[in-house]
Amino acid sequence: MSFFSLFRSRAKPSATEAKERLQILLAHERSDLAKPDYLPRLHKELLQVIAKYVEIEEDKIIVDFETQGSVSTLEVNIELPSRAGARPPLLQAAAT
Amino acid sequence: MGKVIVMTSGKGGVGKTTSSAAFAAGLAMKGQRTVVIDFDVGLRNLDLIMGCERRVVFDFINVINGDARLSQALIKDKRIENLSVLPTSQTRDKDALTRDGVEKVLDELRDQFDYIVCDSPAGIERGALMALYFADEAVIVTNPEVSSVRDSDRILGVLGSRSRRAEQGLEPVKEHLLLTRYDPSRVEKGEMLKLEDVLEILAIPLLGIIPESETVLKASNLGMPVILDPTSKAGQAYTDVVGRYLGETIEHRFMQPERRGLFQRLLWRTA
Repeated sequence: MSFFSLFRSRAKPSATEAKERLQILLAHERSDLAKPDYLPRLHKELLQVIAKYVEIEEDKIIVDFETQGSVSTLEVNIELPSRAGARPPLLQAAAT
Repeated sequence: MGKVIVMTSGKGGVGKTTSSAAFAAGLAMKGQRTVVIDFDVGLRNLDLIMGCERRVVFDFINVINGDARLSQALIKDKRIENLSVLPTSQTRDKDALTRDGVEKVLDELRDQFDYIVCDSPAGIERGALMALYFADEAVIVTNPEVSSVRDSDRILGVLGSRSRRAEQGLEPVKEHLLLTRYDPSRVEKGEMLKLEDVLEILAIPLLGIIPESETVLKASNLGMPVILDPTSKAGQAYTDVVGRYLGETIEHRFMQPERRGLFQRLLWRTA
């Protein structure tokens, strides 16, 4: 197989590929951009408060925002570290 | 009361300044009192595209700072009646463009002109945000190319959330798509996103398609808005765009590759 046949054998025109890549990318970006920009700050402050009482790693707190129809949900997921043998407790809070 | 229209894109090099110059010149040629403002502080270029670079004495920032009156900074075009240019400053101070200052100047311009065309800088930084903040309408200049389409989508999000109309809950900024540097022969070969694809993705009304054309560079060499070249396909397309914007019914052109006759093709080969 020659170098050039690599390009020729591609059945899909590059413009079609471009459109599909854009559609997938923009679907993600639009939902990300619809989120309020205070989320990172909220995440950081929550972490600071919780860290006063328990040892916790940054990635164990997940703050997310979702809008469906007229309802927006702010979801905060905090996973506390497990002690040896104990099941990890899971704190969950949701506010609308 | 004049209408404020921003030419914006997010991405650089897609034809914002070329389009601002052509669109503003076209509006003025239709008898509309028009001013075109350069918002690209530090990288002034509209003056060059409009061919008035040697007539710049005072600029937009001088007016904002109260160092000059608006009438002193406005440059009247020598070719087209009803057309003025407000050049920007070469200062590197990006904070020179204050929201209050811009508002004051735009309010004054609204009294004197029918249309105020704002040539936005690329990016989504201060200059670009200032250019779109007070807009009543926005022309999104987009190339049929992935990064340009993505950035246009981004700027549409900014218009919908960070413009004055969005912040104050007024009627949203009216959006128009201007697809520039379109090459129908490459679209036919499947090498370029087609109009329908871009429209489907961005989902805003189409104002016009400007075909890729060598005359755009020639016009910029001469400091002449390309709309003043009646032989140019791009110029003709801009003329259509202006007519359509003002409410005329004009069909979209330049969407099919040019078919050359045998004789023309022979000439093309040897040329």
